[in-house]
Amino acid sequence: MIKMYDVIVVGGGHAGIEACHIAAIRGKKTLLITSNLNNIGDMPCNPSIGGTAKGIIVREVDALGGLMGKIADKSHLQIKMLNNSKGPAVRSLRAQADKITYPHNMQEALKKTENLEIKEAMVEDLIVKDDTVLGIITEAGEKILAKTVILTTGTYLKGNILVGAKNTPGGPHGERRSNHLSDRLKEYGLKILRLKTGTPQRIKASSIDFSVMKREDGDDKLWTFSLDDQPSYQVADQHPCYLIYTNAKTHEIIKANLKKSAMYGGYATGIGPRYCPSIEDKIVRFADKERHQLFLEPESLYYDDWYLQGFSTSMPEDVQELMVHSLKGLEKAVITKYAYAIEYDAIDPLQIKPSLENKVLANLFTAGQINGTSGYEEAAGQGIIAGINASLKVDNEEPLILKRSDAYIGVLIDDLVTKGTIEPYRMLTSRAEFRLLLRHDNADLRLRDYAYKYHTISEETYNRLLLKRKQIKELTNYLKENHCKLTSEVENIFKQNKLDIPKSSLSFYDLLKRPEITINFIKKIITIDYPEEVEEQVEIAVKYEGYINKAYREVEKLNKLELKEIPEDIDYQKVKNLASEARQKLTQVRPRTIAQASRISGVNPVDISLLSIYLKKEYNHD
Amino acid sequence: MEDTIVAISTALGVGAISIVRVSGKEAISVVKKVFTNANFGEAPSHTIHYGYIKDQNENIDEVLVMLMRAPKTYTTEDTVEINCHGGINTTNKIVEVLLKNGCRLAEPGEFTKRAFLNGRINLVEAESVNDLITAKTDAARNMALNNVGGMLSSKIKNLRAKMVQVLANIEVNIDYPEYEDELEVTHNILNKNLAEISTELQKLIADSKNGRLIKEGINVAIVGKPNVGKSSILNTLLDEEKAIVTNIPGTTRDIVEGSISLNGILLNFIDTAGIRETDDEVEKIGVIKSKKIASTADLILFVVSNNEKISNDELELLKEFPREKLLILINKSDLKTKIDVDKLKGYEYFPGNIFDTNGLDKLKEAIINKFNLGKIITKDVSYISNLRQIELVNKAYKSLENASLAEEKKLPIDIIEIDLRDAWEYLGELIGDAYNEELVDNIFANFCLGK
Repeated sequence: MIKMYDVIVVGGGHAGIEACHIAAIRGKKTLLITSNLNNIGDMPCNPSIGGTAKGIIVREVDALGGLMGKIADKSHLQIKMLNNSKGPAVRSLRAQADKITYPHNMQEALKKTENLEIKEAMVEDLIVKDDTVLGIITEAGEKILAKTVILTTGTYLKGNILVGAKNTPGGPHGERRSNHLSDRLKEYGLKILRLKTGTPQRIKASSIDFSVMKREDGDDKLWTFSLDDQPSYQVADQHPCYLIYTNAKTHEIIKANLKKSAMYGGYATGIGPRYCPSIEDKIVRFADKERHQLFLEPESLYYDDWYLQGFSTSMPEDVQELMVHSLKGLEKAVITKYAYAIEYDAIDPLQIKPSLENKVLANLFTAGQINGTSGYEEAAGQGIIAGINASLKVDNEEPLILKRSDAYIGVLIDDLVTKGTIEPYRMLTSRAEFRLLLRHDNADLRLRDYAYKYHTISEETYNRLLLKRKQIKELTNYLKENHCKLTSEVENIFKQNKLDIPKSSLSFYDLLKRPEITINFIKKIITIDYPEEVEEQVEIAVKYEGYINKAYREVEKLNKLELKEIPEDIDYQKVKNLASEARQKLTQVRPRTIAQASRISGVNPVDISLLSIYLKKEYNHD
Repeated sequence: MEDTIVAISTALGVGAISIVRVSGKEAISVVKKVFTNANFGEAPSHTIHYGYIKDQNENIDEVLVMLMRAPKTYTTEDTVEINCHGGINTTNKIVEVLLKNGCRLAEPGEFTKRAFLNGRINLVEAESVNDLITAKTDAARNMALNNVGGMLSSKIKNLRAKMVQVLANIEVNIDYPEYEDELEVTHNILNKNLAEISTELQKLIADSKNGRLIKEGINVAIVGKPNVGKSSILNTLLDEEKAIVTNIPGTTRDIVEGSISLNGILLNFIDTAGIRETDDEVEKIGVIKSKKIASTADLILFVVSNNEKISNDELELLKEFPREKLLILINKSDLKTKIDVDKLKGYEYFPGNIFDTNGLDKLKEAIINKFNLGKIITKDVSYISNLRQIELVNKAYKSLENASLAEEKKLPIDIIEIDLRDAWEYLGELIGDAYNEELVDNIFANFCLGK
C-alpha cells in the first residue's frame, strides 16, 4: 500500500525543520525527507544565529512555537545584544552557535516530535495531476503521496561549487545535489532563477596567533532567544571571537589575481547578494578603502576550525593561501577548508502566494533559499509559516498571513511575493517600516495570539502571555496614579543620581517620559516589583509613546488599504490606461489587496488610482 | 470616466474667438450630431473641419472644429475643440446644445484631472498646468512652465539625495553594528547634518514665499483716515478711474481692487474704507473689514496728508500694524506742509502727490526694495508655489525640527531617525516618489559590508 501523509517536507535545513515540526505539533501526519540524516540542522555557512533583524526573526519563530530559539539557547558559545544604545526598535540578539551541538540538539528535538517521521532519500520529482501536487518521487523511484508538499531545498537544486576556475557539481560539504528537481519544476511551469552565495575559509585554531588580534567577548548580561527559557550558561563560560583587518599586501594580492576568481574570470552565472560581497568585490568596488574588517569565529568546541568572516572569495586555492597568509596573526595559518562560491536554482518568488503556496502548482509550498532568500533565520521564519499554512490547507482552512505590522516574517514574505528578488534576500531592519513596533522584546505580545489560535503553543504558555499583559496594564496604571512628591528625601535621590529635580510634583508616568529617567531610577523612589520584561515593556511604551502611537496610526492607514481586496479573477487588460509596466507587473504578481499593489515596484500612484476606479466601477468597491 | 465632458476653454469675455472643448468616449459622435460638416465623423485624427454648429435646424455659429482621436490628446480620450466666434452668448449657446446632446459640463480642472488619472501627466505637472492656466504675469507663467519641466523636482531630488545618505549611514550602523570601520553617525554628526538640511529646506520655504509672490502677487492694502487721498493715489497708480473719489469723508465703503505689474510681480491694490472710529453702522462694517484686510495684506500703504497735522487716531492705528509691513506715504506734498514728521520717527515714509510721477516712482522703488523684488529671479524659476507643495515642504521642515528636538534630548538614534525619514518621505510625496527601494539600494551602493 502506498503511504499517504498530510504534509511532506523536502529538506532538513532551517526552513524544513520548522515546517515539519510545526505541522507535526499541529497534529498532521508529517514526513521529513532529507538526503543526509546527519545534516539535519546543519550550519554550512557562518557559525551564528541571530544578528540585526535576524535575531528578532528568531524571537518571532519562537513566539509562534518554533524550535530555532530554544535550540540556539542550548548550543551557543557566546551571545550578545546588538545595538543596545541605538534604540529600542533595533536591539537584536546574536549568538555564536556550536556547529556540532546545534544540529545534534535539533535532531534530538525532532526525534521527540510526535506525528513526525524522518526519511533519508533524494527527491527528484513531484507527483502532479491537474496542476496539483499529490506527492513526491525519490531518486530510487519510490512514490510517496501527501495532501501537501513543502520544498525547502536550500542550495541543493543543481548546486555548483566554484573555487577559481574549478567548478564541482554538489551542495555544501561536497554533499550530493538534486540534479533533476528544478528541471521538473520548470516543466510544470515554474520560472527558475539562478542565485549565488559564498562562504569564507576555515582556519586551524592551533595555527592562529590570537595574541595580535582584538578580542570580542559576549555580553556580561545573560540572554535567551526563547521567551520560555531560563539562561543555561554562565557569563564566564562564553568563548571569544577576534577582530582583524586586511592590509595593503592583501589588496595587492587580490588585485593581481582578479582574473583568476570565478566571479571576475566569468566562470559564474548566478547573481550574488550585494550585502554579502566577496572580498574581491569589496576591493574593486571600494578601491579607496585601505582596510576591511574581518572576524575570526570559533565553529565548535568539538573540532578545530575557525570561520574567517568577511573573507568570502571565489579565488583559486593557491591565491587564497597567499591572501590568508598576508593577514596579521594568520601568517602561518593552515586553511582547513577553502572559501567557495555556490550557485543554485531557486524559484522566482513572484510565483508564490503570501501563504507561501505556489500559484502554479496547488498544494505545493516552498520556504527558504528556494524562495530566493539567504540566512538561517529568514529560512526558519518562512518554514514555520509554510508548515502552518500547509497544515491549514489539509483542513481546507484559511491561511495565516502575517501583516507587515505584525512581524519581520510578514515583511519578509510580503517583500518576496510582491517585489520578487534578483539576489538572495537578507532581512534588514531598514526594510521594516514599522520597526518601532516590531521589537525583539514584544515578539510574544505580537504573535502569541496567532500561535494560540493555531494550536502551536500550550495553554500554559499562553496563560503566561495573558499574565504579562495584565501586569503591563497594572504597572502602567500604577505609574499614572501615583505622584512623585518632592520631599527632601526624594530630592536627594535626584541629586545623588545627578538628575534635575522636577519643578513640581508629577505622576511617575510623566516622570518616566523624560529621556534621562529610567524605571530603575523610579524604583529608588517607590516600590515596583514586576518581572523585568514587564517593566521593560512599560518603560518603552511610556518613553516612546508619541512615536509608537504615530506608528500605530500609520498601520491603521495601511490596514484600510489592506482591506481593499482585489478579486482573484481581475483582468488587468481591462483596466483602462494603466502604464504598460504596471499592467505587466500587476498581472505577474496578482496582488491580493490595493495595499500590496501599491508596494510593487513599477506600479505608480496613478496606476493605483486607476485600479481603484476600475474596482469601484466593476466590483462596486469603495 | 464614462462621461463626455464639455467646457469653454478660453477666458470668458469679449475676444475674437472662443474655444469649446469636448472630451470623452462620445466626444466625436456628440459633435457630429450638431455639426453640419458631413465628413467630420469619419475624418482622420488631428484634422480641422469647417461648418456650422446647429441647434436642430437653426445655425448658431460658423466654426472650425478640430478632431483629435485618443490616445494622442491632452486627456488621452477622444477630444474635439470647437473654435467659434467670441462673445458670451454664442459660446454659451454652443455649450448648451452640446449638453442637450449628451455631454456633461466639466468641473473646474476636470480636463487636467483626466490627463492625470489617465497617466498622461504626473501630479506636480498637473498642478503646474493649473498654475499655467491661471498665471497672471509672465513670471508666474515662467514658473509654471519650469515646474512642468521638472526643475523643482530636481531641486528636491538633490535635497533628498543628501538626506538618504544620512539615513543610509544610520541604517548601516544599525544593521551592521559590528563594522567599526564605517562612520558612526554620532549625535554630533547628526546634529550637523540636520542643521544643514534644515537650512536648505528653509531656503526652499523662503523661496516658496517668492513663489507665492510670483504666482499671486503682493497684496497692498491702502490704509488711512478719510479724505487723505487714498483713492486718488490708487487711481493714479492704476491709471484708471475705478474707485469713487469725492471730498465727503467716508464715501469709499467698498473694497476696490486693481493690479499692476512691477518687475514682473503683480501688485494687487486694495483700497480700504477710511479707517476711523465711527457710529455709522454701514461704515463700521467697512472699518472692521478694512482692518482685517490690512492685517492679512503683504504690505500696508499708510496714507497721511501733508496738509494736516497727524492725529492721535492715526498714530494709534499705525501701532496696530507690524512695522515691517508698513510704508507711509505723505500725500499732497504739493500743498502746504502742516504735518509734524518727527512723530513718524522710526517709520519708513516719503512724500508724494498724484501730480508728481517722481514721488510715485519712489513709492514703487520702496516696494521693490521691501520685497527684494530685484532679487527674485522671475525667469527660469522653480519656486514651490501651490498650497499642497508648500504644506508638504512645511511638514518636512517640521519633521526636521522634531528630529533636532529629539536630538537635543539625546533620544536614541533610531528614534531621531523616524522624523528624518518622515521629512524625506514628505519630500518624496511632493515629487510623486512613493516608498521604494531607494534607501536599501543606497545602503548597498555606498557602504562596504558583507560576510
